[in-house]
Amino acid sequence: MTDTPIHAIHLTVNGIDYPVAVAQGRNLLSVIRTEIGLTGTKEGCDDCECGACMVLLDGQPVNSCSYLAVQAQGRAITTVEGLADGDALSLLQRNLLDEGGVQCGFCTPGMLLSATALLQRNDSPSEEEVRIGLSGNLCRCTGYTKIVAAVQRTAVEIRAAARQA
Amino acid sequence: MSFAIARTIDEALAGLAAGARPIAGGTDLVVGARHGKAPLPDDLVAIDRLDELKTVTRTALGVSIGALVSHHDIETHPLLTSIYAGLADGSALVGSPSTRHVGTLGGNIMNGSPAMDTGAPLAVMGAEVELRSLRGTRRVPVEQLWVGPGRTCAAPDELCVAVHIPAPPARAGSAYVRLEYRRAMEIAVVGAAAVVTLADDGAVATLAVALTAVAPIILSVTGLDALVGLGVSGAAAAVGEMAATQATPISDVRASDRYRRHTVGVMARRAVEAAARRAGGETIAIPVNRAIGIGAPS
Ligand SMILES: Cc1cc2nc3c(=O)[nH]c(=O)nc-3n(C[C@H](O)[C@H](O)[C@H](O)COP(=O)(O)OP(=O)(O)OC[C@H]3O[C@@H](n4cnc5c(N)ncnc54)[C@H](O)[C@@H]3O)c2cc1C
Repeated sequence: MTDTPIHAIHLTVNGIDYPVAVAQGRNLLSVIRTEIGLTGTKEGCDDCECGACMVLLDGQPVNSCSYLAVQAQGRAITTVEGLADGDALSLLQRNLLDEGGVQCGFCTPGMLLSATALLQRNDSPSEEEVRIGLSGNLCRCTGYTKIVAAVQRTAVEIRAAARQA
Repeated sequence: MSFAIARTIDEALAGLAAGARPIAGGTDLVVGARHGKAPLPDDLVAIDRLDELKTVTRTALGVSIGALVSHHDIETHPLLTSIYAGLADGSALVGSPSTRHVGTLGGNIMNGSPAMDTGAPLAVMGAEVELRSLRGTRRVPVEQLWVGPGRTCAAPDELCVAVHIPAPPARAGSAYVRLEYRRAMEIAVVGAAAVVTLADDGAVATLAVALTAVAPIILSVTGLDALVGLGVSGAAAAVGEMAATQATPISDVRASDRYRRHTVGVMARRAVEAAARRAGGETIAIPVNRAIGIGAPS
């Protein structure tokens, strides 16, 4: 077997450029967590099934456990740390807390990113559309009802804010 | 070992000619490697930045879909969700929103799984695959592309650049249904696609049916000419029996061969019925699976 080459690459995470050295087969999740040090993104199943590792790549949801870090060069990566503005949580984050959609919290970062991407492409999703939008994210505590309610409430508030603007 | 990001199709073709494997979304390649199914190839060329392969173009003859068009693009594209609804039915069932955003049409068909959800729709629509290498370009009918589970007739240096689908005749409709145990993150237990053209009197004028996950490759049902002239329900029932007879399913963790043989007949019948409804001008929401209640309610 040939030696695995180490690639010196740049990743843009939440608008910040990070130079990192990564092996060819390394997944994006482990680079975000251990090289870049942002541990909001979680490793759950490590198999593309649970969605705990969800990040956005140019605004679209991606399972970072199964995405090559080298392939994310030049793309805008958003993790859960990028949703808040300093200490000010995003509307969706506040609503998720308010509705009681967070228990153990392990699925929360992934849920937030899938829901953020959904609301960006559809500001008035039906309950069915929210459930489909979150269908790649497993939660083993709350049972989804409150999470879905938080996303729908956020959609209503985004539309109300847009009308006022 | 090497990893390169192709900026042009020619760069990608040069990479393939030098022995590299293309990676589009990686949802089969990387996930498969992590499962230990096949190690990640030593030399990779990423093709996901080739924007010229991300377009859907209506042509005089039909539609050309770039190899990098994602399942999400297909399930939301106005032309593909109307005239080529059976294909959109398939893409809309793939994995989860992230799988559909990252996973591509080219990756789905070139991966060659007999459980792929776009294969049967493309087969019944008479699609052709455009393969390009530094040696030239050729077109292959999609049914000739697959030669075994995970194997295609493409040479290692050939890149799939597009899928071309002929325009359907008037009064034609298509649909794809699959048996699934849950409504997301699922793989077809079995599936069936149909294209139906109706005569003025409502009888079946032409019929094509292909099956998912019941043979080493996508299986086109043969002998359907005998059903021309029948009413839709009679033709659908006959197709169900022919599908069950012609299938050669295996038993695995997901289903036994007997269960697959039985249910593929049911799926084939439902695909014909849904395609005929669309041929008659009815709009059935994408994916037809949800509209007709297959899979557990959410
Ligand atoms: C959680 C999950 C759920 C899934 N659910 C489904 C499902 O429901 N239905 C389904 O059909 N699939 C499903 N898949 C499989 C996969 O997502 C699809 O097959 C997808 O379309 C693959 O596209 P890709 O761009 O990611 O392919 P890649 O993984 O990038 O490539 C797949 C193969 O095709 C080759 N290849 C890719 N593009 C080209 C090209 N243009 N020319 C030549 N060769 C090429 C690669 O070298 C590789 O061998 C699922 C996968 C995951 C991880």
